[in-house]
Amino acid sequence: MPGQLLMKGNEVMAEAAVRAGCRFYSGYPITPQNEIPEYLSWRLPEVGGVFIQAESELAAINMVYGASAAGVRAMTSSSSPGISLKQEGISFLAGAELPAVVANVQRGGPGLGNISGSQQDYFQSTKGGGHGDYRLLAYAPFNHQELWDLTMTAFDKADEYRNPVMILTDGVLGQMMEPFVPTEYVPPGLPPKDWVLDGCRGRPPRVIKTLYLGEGELERQNLKLQKKYQRMKEAEVLYETYMVDDADLVIVAFGIAARVSLSAVRLLRRRGRRAGLFRPVTLFPFPEREIGDLAEAGRRFLVVELNLGQMVEDVLLAVNGASEVRLYGRCGGSMMTPEEVVDAAERMESLDTRRRVRVSLK
Amino acid sequence: MPQVFRRPDSLKEAPFRYCPGCGHSIVHRLIAECIDELGVRERTIGIAPVGCAVFAYDYFNFDVIECAHGRPPAVATALKRLMPDRLVFSYQGDGDLASIGLAEIIHAANRGENLSVIFINNATYGMTGGQMAPTTLEGQKTSTTPQGRDPSLHGHPLRVAEIMATLEGVSFVARTAVDGVRGVKECRRLIRRSFECQLSGKGFSMVEVLSPCPTDWGMTPVESLRWISNRMRSTFRTGIMKDRGVDDWRRG
Repeated sequence: MPGQLLMKGNEVMAEAAVRAGCRFYSGYPITPQNEIPEYLSWRLPEVGGVFIQAESELAAINMVYGASAAGVRAMTSSSSPGISLKQEGISFLAGAELPAVVANVQRGGPGLGNISGSQQDYFQSTKGGGHGDYRLLAYAPFNHQELWDLTMTAFDKADEYRNPVMILTDGVLGQMMEPFVPTEYVPPGLPPKDWVLDGCRGRPPRVIKTLYLGEGELERQNLKLQKKYQRMKEAEVLYETYMVDDADLVIVAFGIAARVSLSAVRLLRRRGRRAGLFRPVTLFPFPEREIGDLAEAGRRFLVVELNLGQMVEDVLLAVNGASEVRLYGRCGGSMMTPEEVVDAAERMESLDTRRRVRVSLK
Repeated sequence: MPQVFRRPDSLKEAPFRYCPGCGHSIVHRLIAECIDELGVRERTIGIAPVGCAVFAYDYFNFDVIECAHGRPPAVATALKRLMPDRLVFSYQGDGDLASIGLAEIIHAANRGENLSVIFINNATYGMTGGQMAPTTLEGQKTSTTPQGRDPSLHGHPLRVAEIMATLEGVSFVARTAVDGVRGVKECRRLIRRSFECQLSGKGFSMVEVLSPCPTDWGMTPVESLRWISNRMRSTFRTGIMKDRGVDDWRRG
C-alpha cells in the first residue's frame, strides 16, 4: 500500500511520540525496549527536543516529572523490571496531576525473568502500580498501526486528564517489523497549561506537590482524582470485536495474545464453531459494560492472555456470574499458538454447562 | 528613618514554622536575599525535598516543585534543560542527597548540569525523628544508633562536598556552617556565588551547609551552634573545595 512504512514496533512508538509533539525523553537501557531510547537519542535533538540517558529508571521517571512540570510533552519507556522501578515516579505524577506517557514493552517476570514478550504486568498497569489510590489510562496496542495511533492518542489524553498514560505493549510487538500507515498527527483543542512552573513573571507563584497534611485535604484530593478516573470510564473505553454477533463463545484477549486469538477464531469458524473475539484496546478503563452485555446475552468467555490469570479477573467482574468464564494462559515469555487456543475453546465446548461460572487454567 | 532590614520579596508573608533554632529558616532567608539581589525571583524554580524542608513552598515566593525523596537533581535536570534561562536550584537534606539520592546528585553533577544545589547537612534525619544519616558523626547518638554511631557497624560520615569536588562536571563546590554571624555571612556569599555560577552558564555547583537541628540533637539552639563549631566542623572541613573559572569551563 502506498505511503506505508516498515519499522520495528519500538521505533514506531518513538517516531509517533515525536510527531505528537513529545520533546523530552529520558530512559535507562533494558531489553526489549532499547530501540526507543536509541531512536530518540538522535531524533529528538533533530526537532529541538531533549534526550537524556538517565542513570537509573528512578532518575528517568523523575526527569519526566520535571519536564512535565515545565509544560513539555514528555515520555519514558522501559520493560517490566524497569517499570517496577518507575512506579515511584508514576505515583508522584498521578498525585501531582502531571501528564506523561510511559511505554512498557513487557518481558517475562517476576524478577529479571527473561526478555521474551509477556503480558504479566496487566495488574500493575491497570490497578495503579505504585502506592496510593490512582489509575493510569492504559492502552494495549495489537499491531504497528495501533502502536502509532495510540502513542499519539496517549499524549493527548495525558494532557487532557493531567494524568500519566501507560502504553502496555510487549517484546513481540516491540521487536517485530510490519507495515503501517503513518497517519498525520492532528492536535486536539486542549486547554492551556495554566499550572506550568516556568517562573512567576506577571503571576502569583505556583506549587506542584503531592503532600497534603491538613485535616481532610488528602481525602479531598483523592476524591478529585477518583472523579477524573470516573470520567475516563465514561469517555475513554476502546475495544474492538470480531465476529461476536452470532458467536456463542467469545475469546477475550488484548495485545499480541489478541492476534493469536484472531487466528484461532478464524480456525474455529472454519470448523463450524461460532466463535468471536472481543479485544479491549483500553485496559483501564476496562470495557466492563460491553462484556457484561455479551454475558447477559448468553455468550460464554475464554480469556486468552500471556500470564496465568490477570485480565480474567476484570472479565469475571464484568460478567458478574451471568455466564461461564475460562482462562487459557501461557507465561514466562512463552507464546501460545492459534491451535492451542482452538483446543482450549473446543475443550470448553464439551464442558458441563450446568456449572455456569468456572475459572481454571487450561 | 531609613529601613535597613525587611522581608525579602522572595519570601512569602508567612512565619517560619520550623523548630526554634532550626537552620532551615536561616538558609531559606539567605536564598531569598540572594534571589532578590540577583533580580531573578520571577524566573526561579526551586525544588523542595522530602524532609522538613518539604514545606519550602510555604515560604518561598516563587515557583516551587516538590518531588520524591532523593530525586530533586533528576527533576532539576529536566527543568533546566528545557528552560536554560531560568534559575533552577534544589534544596536537599542529607538523607535526601547523601543517602537515597546519591546516584541522582552524582550523575547530575557528573553531567555538568547547569544547576545549583543547596545541601543542608544536619547529621540526622530531622523530620522522621532523628535517625542516623550518612553524615552522622562517629559516636553521635541518634534514634537508630542509641549507643552512638560505630564506624565498624554503621560506616563513616560521608563527605559529599569532597566527593563532588573530584567530578569533572562540577564547577563550584563549597561547605560552610550557619553556626554564627561569620558562618551565616559566608553562607550567603557562597549561595550567591552558586547562583551566579549557574546564571553565567558555568555549570554544576553545590553549597553544603552545616546546619543545626536542636530538636533531634536534644540540645538548646545555642548548644547546637557550639556543637557545629566544635564537633561538626572537625569532621566536615569548611571552605571552597572547587571553584572553576569561566575560562576553564568546558561543556562535555
